[in-house]
Order: sequence, then structure tokens, then C-alpha cells
Amino acid sequence: MAEQTEHTQQIAHTDRIPTVVADGVDIVYRVNGTGAGRGSATAALNRIMRRKQAEKAAGVRRVHAVKKVSFVAYKGEAIGLIGTNGSGKSTLLKAVAGLLPVESGHIYTNGQPSLLGVNAALMNDLTGERNVHLGGLAMGMSREQIKERYQDIVDFSGINEKGDFITLPMRTYSSGMAARLRFSIAAAKDHDVLLIDEALATGDRRFQVRSEERIRELRATAGTVFLVSHNNKSIRDTCERTLWLERGELRMDGPTEEVMKEYEAFTGDKSDKAKKAAPKKAA
Amino acid sequence: MSQVLDTPPPIQAPADDLKALAARHGLSVSGARPSLPEYIRQLWDRRHFITAFATAKLTAQYSEAKLGQVWQVMTPLLNAAVYYFIFGVLLGTKRGVPDYIPFLVTGVFVWTFTQSSIQVGTRAISGNLGLVRALHFPRAALPISFCIQQLQQLLFSMAALVVILLCFGVPVSVSWVLVIPALFLQFTFNAGVAMIMARWGAKTPDIAQLMPFILRTWMYVSGVMWSIDKLTKNDHLPHVVTVLLQTNPAAVYIDLMRFALIDSFHARQLPPHVWPIAVGWALLAGVGGFIYFWKAEETYGRG
Repeated sequence: MAEQTEHTQQIAHTDRIPTVVADGVDIVYRVNGTGAGRGSATAALNRIMRRKQAEKAAGVRRVHAVKKVSFVAYKGEAIGLIGTNGSGKSTLLKAVAGLLPVESGHIYTNGQPSLLGVNAALMNDLTGERNVHLGGLAMGMSREQIKERYQDIVDFSGINEKGDFITLPMRTYSSGMAARLRFSIAAAKDHDVLLIDEALATGDRRFQVRSEERIRELRATAGTVFLVSHNNKSIRDTCERTLWLERGELRMDGPTEEVMKEYEAFTGDKSDKAKKAAPKKAA
Repeated sequence: MSQVLDTPPPIQAPADDLKALAARHGLSVSGARPSLPEYIRQLWDRRHFITAFATAKLTAQYSEAKLGQVWQVMTPLLNAAVYYFIFGVLLGTKRGVPDYIPFLVTGVFVWTFTQSSIQVGTRAISGNLGLVRALHFPRAALPISFCIQQLQQLLFSMAALVVILLCFGVPVSVSWVLVIPALFLQFTFNAGVAMIMARWGAKTPDIAQLMPFILRTWMYVSGVMWSIDKLTKNDHLPHVVTVLLQTNPAAVYIDLMRFALIDSFHARQLPPHVWPIAVGWALLAGVGGFIYFWKAEETYGRG
């Protein structure tokens, strides 16, 4: 594909339409009460008294989760985000979605990027049916849209394949069923920029195939798709470009195949690349 | 083409170029705070979510209990029974208050509405970080939705209250219609305070630990289980204290409700200028709280 050969960030090319521009993005978490100060009670007092200065002395730990990351994503691209656990992938996605503020740098987006996932809005004590409505509304769909797509959502989730489960409370579902319903609700909406975090790893094999299909459909309607996954195969299947984050730094950005090769060498074979103790692969 | 570097990030495009590129294609900064009119419009677009979320919370609340939704009515009744036992029977505050049980139960229910709205408001952001970090919506939807849930709860209580009133021989009268404006004003006040508390609670979650004490103190000075009118009639109180007791928003809304519902609670027992005060508090808290909450919109959900 022509796009694949153009992956180094040559901003001079203006014929493609950028949808997400990350410009030197830093993201820092502050964690209270890590007891890094002298007794935690005094540390807490300190923290209240001297808000701004000497955060460290007051026992606030700063976690620098993403460091100086810059990239440009274009319309029609599906971009994989890979990296070992804790390398800042999900954090970066949340910042792109505008849900986490950046410490320095800027993220510019075209339209409103949305994370694929409505888990937080759903309630286990309610029936699947009401959760479909609630989740749809939480994502900003209108009542009519939900009514229109309700049957599709239920059919896609396959919840009703083994009897009338959609009218039972979600807490009675098996974890796989609940995950399938959540994915189906989340995938029911059309997005400008779609951010997917490990969503493909849910459900049985049959559902995984179906969800990958749905992702491809969403990609066709969405401008750009970002996919975070530890499943190298699903990254290869869905994305033609991949960003590799390691310890919060953008280590590599290029066609999936090339990045994957390096990444697999990094995670698999310690003697090869990494001097700084490579994280265990088995985890 | 692609390359691997060990430490520094490989791509260091000049910042100006990226900024210019974004500007050229009309990209906007992600997660910036919308203007106030735009914010109100977004909130209006989410009105169905706000009510659906409130109803869902309300139904989910007692779904584990065997008696289910019966608890919606049982809980406030049991509360009123406890207060009756302590204040009516043991401490004898009922002396000289006609229709003491309707008087007390109205007070307890109306106060509970304000109290729990403020309590859930304090945790509206800090207790729902998962939601705030996963989905995009005007954050004011959360405190407002929780206040609506409390309002729905109050309506259940009011149904029980009507039964109590009729049982104690309080006649149905035209003044019952006043319940509607009184509730509306109280809801606006509650939602405003809940939004202020939500912003504080988001920044300093410790406030949630303090709230029970503040709220309990507030309850005891609001004439929930005793008559402010009787106390202020004796002239031994300094004028300031009298005015403070009479303009206390909780007391104002409680007395308005009593005036609306209870026949023996006369207009002269109401604090002076009660309706203007009720409207004033609602406007002050409602509008002020909303703007105060909106000012920090982009910071909710941080770290």
C-alpha cells in the first residue's frame, strides 16, 4: 500500500488529512499517600500546608507515564500501539481521547476521539436490556438511534443464543458473556477517531473473529482507529502502522511488520537487543 | 524509514510544524473546556442519559434485597420512626407542636433530600473516576443525575408521607399544590450545592470524610425535629441568631413544605420573606454552583 511506505513523519506531505496530532506530549500522574515522606500523617499535613512546593518532600510521587511523544495520524489509518506492560499505551490513548490532561505538549484532534468501552457506565444489577440503553445514552447516542440498533446489538453479542438472557441482570452473566455484551454496546456507535484498548481479547474464538470484522467495519466509517493490544496477531491483522512505546517513550513508529519484528526480538530474546533488563515475556 | 533508538524518541519533529499542521487542518485541542453556552447545549443533549442514569442507580440500589423496591419507602419511614422515638418521646420536643408526627416526618424527608444530595454530590466525581476517565460527557451530568436520583427517592417518601398525613387526620387542601414550586426550588438549590461539593470533592476527596459531621450539625440547627418558630418567638435570642436560623436554606425549604402540607402549620409560623429567600437561595446556589463547576471542567479525572 502506498500509505505504508510513507510512514516516517514527513509532515511536508499535506495531501493526507491528519486526524490526530500529538506534539511533544508528556503525561505525569501524581499519586498521594505513597508514604515517601517521613510518617504518612506528617506527610499528609505537609501536603496540605505546602500544596505547590516540594511535592516530593510531601510524599507525592510523580509517575512520568508518557515522555515527549510526537506523531501524526491520518484519515483511514489503523494504528497499533504496542509495548510491554506499564509502558504508557493506555495512558496515551486516554490523553488522545481528552480524558487525561497532558503535562506539556499538545494533542490536536479532528472531532471527538472516543475510547471503545462503556464498562464504567454499565450496572451489574440491571438487566442486559437496560444496560444496552444506558450504555448507548452514555456514549451520546440518541434514544432513536438506540432503538434502531438495539436488535443488532443483542444479535451481535450473541447473548440470546442460549436462551433469553438479555432480560436477566448482568451480574448473572458469565464473564465472557458480559464482555461480549460490553463490546457490542461499545461498537454500536460510529466514531470519528476510535480508540480501542485490548477489546479484542474477550469472548470465545467465534466472537473474536466477529469483533475483528466489526472493527474493520468501524474503521471504514471512522476516520482513524488506534488499537492497543498484547495480541500480536490481532495487531498484524488489523493495523498497517504501529507505534511502539517503551517506558513512556516512543521507541519506534513504522509499518506493522517492521515494528513487530523489532518488538518480538526485544521481548523474546534478551541477549539480542535490550541492555536494560527486558521484561519477561511470559507475563 | 523506521529505526530503533535505545533512549531518546526517534521522531523529533519541530514543534512549530506540528502545531501549524494541526492549525492548517482545523484540528482542535483535545479535552479543552467548552464555552458556557456550548457546555449547556452539550448538557441538554445528554438529558436522557442524565435521567436514565439516575433511574438506573435508583433501581440498582435495592436489587439485592429480598424486599426490593419496598425499601424505597421503608427506609425513610424507619428513619422517621427513630427520630420520633428520640426527639418526640424521649426528649419531648413535641410539646406544643400540633400534629407533631406529620411535622417531624415532613422535616426528616425534606432534610434527607438535601443531605443526601450533598453527600452524593461530594462523591459525584471522585467516586466515579472510572466513568469520567472512560467516556466523554459534560461532567455536570453526574452531580445533576445524582440529585435527580435523590429527588426520585424523595417522591417515594412523599407517597409514604401522604399516607401518614391522611392517617393523622391532616385534611387534603389546595395548599398541597405549593409542594411543586417548593420542591423545584429545593432541587435547584441542592443541585447547585452538589456541584460545588463535587468540584471540591474531586480535588480533595477527604472532604467526603468531613461531610457527615457538617451535615449533622446543619440538620440540628435546621429545625428538622423542633420548631424554629417557637424558639425565635422567645426574645432571649440575639437578633443575628434569629436571622441566621430563619434564612438557613434547609429550614426555609422544610418550613415551606410543612406550610404546604400541614393544615395546622400556619403562614405566620413561616420565617419572614420566605418565598423570596427560597428563590434567592435556589438561584444563588443553582447558577453559582453550575458556573463554579464548569470552571474546572477539564481537570476532572486527573491523576
